[in-house]
Amino acid sequence: MNRTRREFIRTALERGLVVIGGTAFAALSCKDIFTDDGLKTHTGKRWGMAVDLLKCMKKESCVDCIAACHLGHNVPDIKEVKHAITWIWKDEFERVLPNVHDEYSPPAARHAGTILLCNHCANPPCVRVCPARATWKREDGIVVIDQHRCIGCRYCMAACPYGSRSFNWSDPRKFLAKERITPAYPTRTKGTVEKCEFCVERVDRGQGLLCVGACKEKALLFGDLNDPKSEVRAAMTGRTALRRKSELGTGPAVYYLL
Amino acid sequence: MFEKALHGSRRYWMLLATLGIIITAGAIAYRFQLREGLALTGLSRSVSWGLYIAQFTFLVGVAASAVTVVLPYYIHDYKTFGKITILGEFLAVPSVIMCLVFILVDLGQPFRVFHVIMYPSLSSLMFWDTVVLGMYLVLNIVIGWTVISAEYKRTAPPAWVKPLIYLSIPWAISIHTVTAFLYAGLPGRDLWLTAITGARFLASAFSSGPALLVLLCGMSRRFTGFDPGERAERSLAVIITYAFSAHVFFIVLEFFTAFYSGIPAQRASLAHLYWGWGDPGSLTIFTWVSIALGFGALGVLYSPARRRDGWLLAAVTAIFISVWLEKGLGFVVGGFIPDPLEHVAVYRPTAVESFIAAGVWAAGILVLVILFKITSGVRAQAQR
Ligand code: SF4
Ligand code: SF4
Repeated sequence: MNRTRREFIRTALERGLVVIGGTAFAALSCKDIFTDDGLKTHTGKRWGMAVDLLKCMKKESCVDCIAACHLGHNVPDIKEVKHAITWIWKDEFERVLPNVHDEYSPPAARHAGTILLCNHCANPPCVRVCPARATWKREDGIVVIDQHRCIGCRYCMAACPYGSRSFNWSDPRKFLAKERITPAYPTRTKGTVEKCEFCVERVDRGQGLLCVGACKEKALLFGDLNDPKSEVRAAMTGRTALRRKSELGTGPAVYYLL
Repeated sequence: MFEKALHGSRRYWMLLATLGIIITAGAIAYRFQLREGLALTGLSRSVSWGLYIAQFTFLVGVAASAVTVVLPYYIHDYKTFGKITILGEFLAVPSVIMCLVFILVDLGQPFRVFHVIMYPSLSSLMFWDTVVLGMYLVLNIVIGWTVISAEYKRTAPPAWVKPLIYLSIPWAISIHTVTAFLYAGLPGRDLWLTAITGARFLASAFSSGPALLVLLCGMSRRFTGFDPGERAERSLAVIITYAFSAHVFFIVLEFFTAFYSGIPAQRASLAHLYWGWGDPGSLTIFTWVSIALGFGALGVLYSPARRRDGWLLAAVTAIFISVWLEKGLGFVVGGFIPDPLEHVAVYRPTAVESFIAAGVWAAGILVLVILFKITSGVRAQAQR
């Protein structure tokens, strides 16, 4: 009791100072107002991804990355769109990157299926709003969720400007066939939020991402964005790299290469 | 003093029984939701908040509106409100209780609600909202109860409530401002991301809350031995008229910015709410009912008809419903449409969801009726 209370007061004070100080600092340091960047918030490692659209769009109907991720993470296959759980999925190009297409771009390009996932923002609104600190950003930039702490208020879903978060409207295990469960990864319960976590469980063991490994076109690249020699940075050189709604200051760590 | 709630007419007990039945129905519906999950509601990955959170938002406004009687009475010494200030304070109590229950029934994991206190996050407006609402609830219970007990004992209220009453004034503003910040600080939700969300909330609150008070005064006069006085109602009507006019004006401001600037994201939600862009069968009907009722009510409030009791009651009822439709449904749901990928999803509250919401309302009304019964009992005794 006492310990928790003391801890409560301490965190309260700490965070209060951080919020007040942070707001004041942000308000005063106007010259930096247009740089949301990861470089500022992450001096060390910062995991990120690049999606090579030219390679990915070559195979319209391919869902290898989605299948691998959803199988490995026990993501239920819910057919009803309203209640679907998606960690990585596809939608039309013009919806994913609405600012890039125009009225003259060929319809096929506009509607082409484009990969989506959590952007692991440098300045994630989902984390800012969570009332239970059930979701947070790790030092290395990966935004994770504690399934046991989440109270299911869905404030983070309202705050994420990318629609990256899914909610378990009912028991997800009902939609998971026994033989389809990967025992090494936990299943979830109803009433909590989930999303892509950049395979933290694998990254921490030095393994690569499931989606990246599954892509035969090598269209997905993962690595340390702050390391100029990393694979992901190498892929970005000489290409146009786009981020979703970067004007919102969220600092997405997923880049789309054209 | 509580015995006043235990002696009542047949009508009083019938009312309590009816409310009891609705509460039970709501509780049963909630049992189902608890077992099956929020899949039983009309919510979806696109529209992830709906009826519950919208009711919460609306009711914070009703709770905050106590300030419209407390402030003139205590700060400007406006004696006319002497008899109804306590009603305003007591209206705030069930409103906040309903707010908190609506948040609870919206949670996917309600048994974990204490995580908000165990792992407090000062950067979350929801944390702050819980804190200010809880405090406001305590303030109003203490103030209301102390004042009415003093009347019961025919003594003057103790001096220490005065500072609490003064504190409750800015506090009332704060609860609705923080609730507005809950929305107004989210990037990418353009219907909400506007600096006048807070102002809009206060304007709509100061029209719907007093509207409810006028109705309650009318009922009190007819059904109980306590008459708050017609002058008080007329003064409330003035507040309602100005607050509601401001509310309408603010909506006009939203339209101007969205449509003159021509920014698609700014226009989309409004266009959806007001003329069904993307899905004609959607919320448009509610919006237009809200508009019709609002303008009808304004017509009455600005004409001599307002002096007639029946017209006034009709007008405030219309205002209450109009704001309820706009804020207790449209504003929250509309903010999710279109969703971040520009899909237009349809949201329709389900039967289960509606029963639960009705149950929470009934519980709030029950508390309200009991508090008002006590007050009018004490007052009627004093008037004798
Ligand atoms: S994409 Fe959404 S869920 Fe992912 S970090 Fe950014 S705001 Fe959070
Ligand atoms: S749903 Fe869970 S993760 Fe999201 S804001 Fe609420 S508690 Fe945090």
